[in-house]
Amino acid sequence: MPAVTETREAVEKLGQSSYKWGFETEIDMDLAPKGLNEDTIRLISARKEEPEWLLEWRLSAFKAWQQMTEPTWAKVKYPPIDYQDAHYYAAPKKKPGPKSLEEVDPELLRTYEKLGIPLHEQAMLAGVELPEGETARPPVAVDAVFDSVSVVTTFRKTLEEAGVIFCPISEAVKDHPDLVRKYLGTVVPAGDNFFAALNSAAFTDGSFVFVPKGVRCPMELSTYFRINARNTGQFERTLIVVEDGASVSYLEGCTAPMRDENQLHAAVVELVAMEDASIKYSTVQNWYPGDENGRGGIYNFVTKRGACRGARSKISWTQVETGSAITWKYPSCILQGEGSVGEFYSVAVTNNHQQADTGTKMIHIGRNTRSTIIAKTISAGQSDSTYRGLVRVLPKAYGARNFTQCDSLLIGDRCGAHTVPYIENRNMGARIEHEATTSKISEDQLFYCRQRGLSEEDAVGLIVNGFCRDVLKELPMEFAVEAQKLLQISLEGSVG
Amino acid sequence: MTQFLDIAGLCARIDADGQEKEILRGVDLSIPPGEVHAIMGPNGSGKSTLSYVLAGREDYEVTAGSVTFQGQDLLAMEPEERAAAGLFLAFQSPIELPGVNNANFLRTAVNAVRRARGQEELDAVAFLKTAREASKALSMAPDMLKRNVNVGFSGGEKKRNEVLQMTLLQPSFAILDETDSGLDVDALRIVAEGVNRLRSPSFSALVITHHQRLLDYLVPDRIHVMAKGRIIHSGGPELAKQIDSEGYTRFLAEAA
Amino acid sequence: MNAIIKDPSASLVPFKARLDAVTDPARRAALGALHRVGLPDRRVEAWKYTGLRFLNETAFATAPQEIDRVKARAELERLGLTLGEAASLPRLVFVNGRYAADLSVEPENVDLTFFSKMQAFGSLSSPDRDALTALNAALATDGVQLTVPAGIDAGRLLLVSLGQAADPISFHPRHSVTLENGANLSLLCVQSGEGRYLHNPVMELSVADNARLQHLTIQTEGDDAACLATLYAQIEEHGSYDSFVLGLGAALSRHEVHARLNAAHAQVHVNGAQRLQGRQLGDVTSVITHAAPDCNSRQTVRNVLDGQSRGVFQGKVLVERIAQKTDGYQMNQALLLSETAEIDAKPELEIYADDVKCSHGATVGALDDEQMFYLRSRGVPEAEARQILIHAFLAEALGLIPDELAQTIATRIMELRFPVTGEA
Repeated sequence: MPAVTETREAVEKLGQSSYKWGFETEIDMDLAPKGLNEDTIRLISARKEEPEWLLEWRLSAFKAWQQMTEPTWAKVKYPPIDYQDAHYYAAPKKKPGPKSLEEVDPELLRTYEKLGIPLHEQAMLAGVELPEGETARPPVAVDAVFDSVSVVTTFRKTLEEAGVIFCPISEAVKDHPDLVRKYLGTVVPAGDNFFAALNSAAFTDGSFVFVPKGVRCPMELSTYFRINARNTGQFERTLIVVEDGASVSYLEGCTAPMRDENQLHAAVVELVAMEDASIKYSTVQNWYPGDENGRGGIYNFVTKRGACRGARSKISWTQVETGSAITWKYPSCILQGEGSVGEFYSVAVTNNHQQADTGTKMIHIGRNTRSTIIAKTISAGQSDSTYRGLVRVLPKAYGARNFTQCDSLLIGDRCGAHTVPYIENRNMGARIEHEATTSKISEDQLFYCRQRGLSEEDAVGLIVNGFCRDVLKELPMEFAVEAQKLLQISLEGSVG
Repeated sequence: MTQFLDIAGLCARIDADGQEKEILRGVDLSIPPGEVHAIMGPNGSGKSTLSYVLAGREDYEVTAGSVTFQGQDLLAMEPEERAAAGLFLAFQSPIELPGVNNANFLRTAVNAVRRARGQEELDAVAFLKTAREASKALSMAPDMLKRNVNVGFSGGEKKRNEVLQMTLLQPSFAILDETDSGLDVDALRIVAEGVNRLRSPSFSALVITHHQRLLDYLVPDRIHVMAKGRIIHSGGPELAKQIDSEGYTRFLAEAA
Repeated sequence: MNAIIKDPSASLVPFKARLDAVTDPARRAALGALHRVGLPDRRVEAWKYTGLRFLNETAFATAPQEIDRVKARAELERLGLTLGEAASLPRLVFVNGRYAADLSVEPENVDLTFFSKMQAFGSLSSPDRDALTALNAALATDGVQLTVPAGIDAGRLLLVSLGQAADPISFHPRHSVTLENGANLSLLCVQSGEGRYLHNPVMELSVADNARLQHLTIQTEGDDAACLATLYAQIEEHGSYDSFVLGLGAALSRHEVHARLNAAHAQVHVNGAQRLQGRQLGDVTSVITHAAPDCNSRQTVRNVLDGQSRGVFQGKVLVERIAQKTDGYQMNQALLLSETAEIDAKPELEIYADDVKCSHGATVGALDDEQMFYLRSRGVPEAEARQILIHAFLAEALGLIPDELAQTIATRIMELRFPVTGEA
């Protein structure tokens, strides 16, 4: 997701359709043949000039995947996916090579410009309009991933000076092999689940972040994912490692063109936080949701997990999910370190025929671990949205605390909103509190706003934003502005 | 003659638990520009219903009659169009909007109305300045602009917040539905002063109240007695005292 | 999530000979469903927290015809059912799933018959979906079928089940209770026993317009027993089903309620409490379906878990599209008393109507330190302070039982297992 306010205008200029990021970029692509087999995996590995161990790792994941079946417990329905009918590697033909902007295909730059993603460092630093009351705005470093590869990463020099590594994971495999090898697959093992195994076998790119001991990352890091090519799946892999006493805030955004067919996105994100480290991971998920008849859209089957390995470490997930035809996603925290903290703040909006089954898992292992879950679900049209969350407290987690609040809002009487929490406690010294509510926007609230002159649609937008406030306030400021706007766009046509 | 606001033969009903209930049974009322009128009457006489019907609440079905507001057919308009046309309703029980910042709400409303009136929208700075001044004049705590709309507000704070909204939206016609209920004497005076500041030849108001108390501070031009869905008696400001000492019995008997 | 191919019939081995002998067509149909899916294991979402390993280890025979009447009477006495006000209540006593007329006092002003005389499977249960209901349908031999005629207040009725197992046996009573328009009944079910047995009752409860059924179940089965009960309730316009289950006994128990609010303004309460210790596993599961507008459902379930016991709560509230103006509330609370106890809870909302007010809450914790400290600072010894707080926690739940006498009986039977004074 763009991190500057101009995005909004950029977005508005993008056309009349309700999905405003749905354009396609004409660009020469290097495509692997359709289908996934050992040869494809060898080809991906070879294109990326990977070391032998990584190829072996991929192949073992592939073997595991072949033995697995798709999970069926989520409350989502879709026709069987033919995993052999997609390309598993698609890259812009002109190789980015050394990442200087001059060498990037201008057509690609234009794409990101259209999306409002700041790739020009100079442009970023100068001429940014500031809202009142704000004196300065920290720059954001961006890694732009186009289909299977990272096309450019900005602000690398500044970050390097601070000791922070922020680069495409394919590059990290070459430049920092020991780091990658040490952590890759340690939070989400290659055979963790069907989609994670698929990703481990076929992942093409993604971001790698390493923040060394004691360093506070000097700027927000951001990855922007764009699916463009037809019949491709996108399988990015992100790994963020933050050492003792270090911290980072990471943003993730994504869009795709409008297409009639469904496309698969099966990403894996692994976070590792050591002693006193903190990671804030924010997502605004805006993949193409399909049209109003439920045709097309991205299948977003994603495994995100963070390990709070060190004492007092903290991982905070914030997500605003408005896109995708189907979302299957449970960003989780393994709270291992004593006194570590896990947070999950989520807004999930579904409209038309979208389906979302999303939530979190908080696994309390260490003493005095704490977790907070705030999930807001909004269903409109004929959509179905489910919050599914697990809080598990293991026998040694004395003093563990969890607080969960799940609220659902239904707009119209053809949608569904569901709440499925799992609470498993094996420690008498733990305290768990869970609250959930389901309601609709009250007529009183709507009338009150309209009496003050707001249109019905604006009134709904205002009330929905209020409903989501506890989550939106966790987003970095500019992200929050974008997210609010996005909520409104996502619910267009759902009232009246 | 066409007045500023003309209500003629207005009948309205509500569907409550499957039962159709007639609440307004032929209300006739005219308010000239620049005048403040009060409506008094026993509980259940239809006073609040009248305010909701004028503001366009959809639960009520208008079965007969007409309302002309500055030459326009008020009943044909959406609630937000009525607001833009200058009608403001101060709610008897102001609604809470969790998570919606008060200042943001006010600015959104003010700009929506300004847009509809063809006026330029206020930017954040200009708006905040105006809002702060207005809230200060109503002796409101400075943090009330930052809090969520009416959430956790005391009864008095809610009522002041209604008057603040009225001040900022600059209506030409305000309906105050029991704005005095739940206010102590000091708060009552502050609220009344807030309304009095708006009084001008181009501002009219309809004040719904149970008590003469408010009318000591907010002296009306006319007072109407409402009962069983109709205006049964009208008179000058002196009527308030009479009602306060004698109650409605005499008017009810006369009407019957 | 690997699919493991397995033979569903394997789970039926403990009942094989008896199932093979089933010839009745209605029972064969249920059996067919049972053979297709087998008894559930923990990979079945609805049985995620409750395994049926208890059943695998033993072959369960049909209960012998002879029963020990002296023992049965003694047990009724021990349970306090022959004392005071309880003694004067009509009661239907089943021993090993068979009606024992000589131990019973039949109620007046209700229509009473027995499954052994007239096999009727009713229409509310779903043997094709619920394997334990299918097992019951295949093997049921007896049960009560009673109807409270329109407008009649039938007062209280005790329905007692006693298990007497020398060798492992299973019994599968099939009960049905019908309240016609405007009828009233307070039904008190007490389940107890000794030895190794499986009690697998199915009960259909039909509550017609304006009728009111109060239903307390006290499960204090033998320590080596399993009780797997499935109840199906259907409530019509302005009808009310107010139920409470108190789970105390059995090595393995599951009390599964399917309640359907079938017409406007129907109301259901599915409350309960469990107090478990040792290696007990107790499961309270419910599915409340709002199938009509303007209905209301309430559920409060409390668990107190000691030793290595495990409490399970699964509560689903399903609001169908038509069920506007639904008011649903659900609360699950658990108190863990030992380092090795465990609670697994899954409160679930599935909602398809937009104009609803539904909420659920869950809390899990230990005894409140501040309350403990407060009591001890007033001179109450620690063990006693614990007892007082546990008792208070459960007493609040038992307070939801609408019938006062039923409440008294429940408290008394709980205190048989957990004396109030002395060491815990």
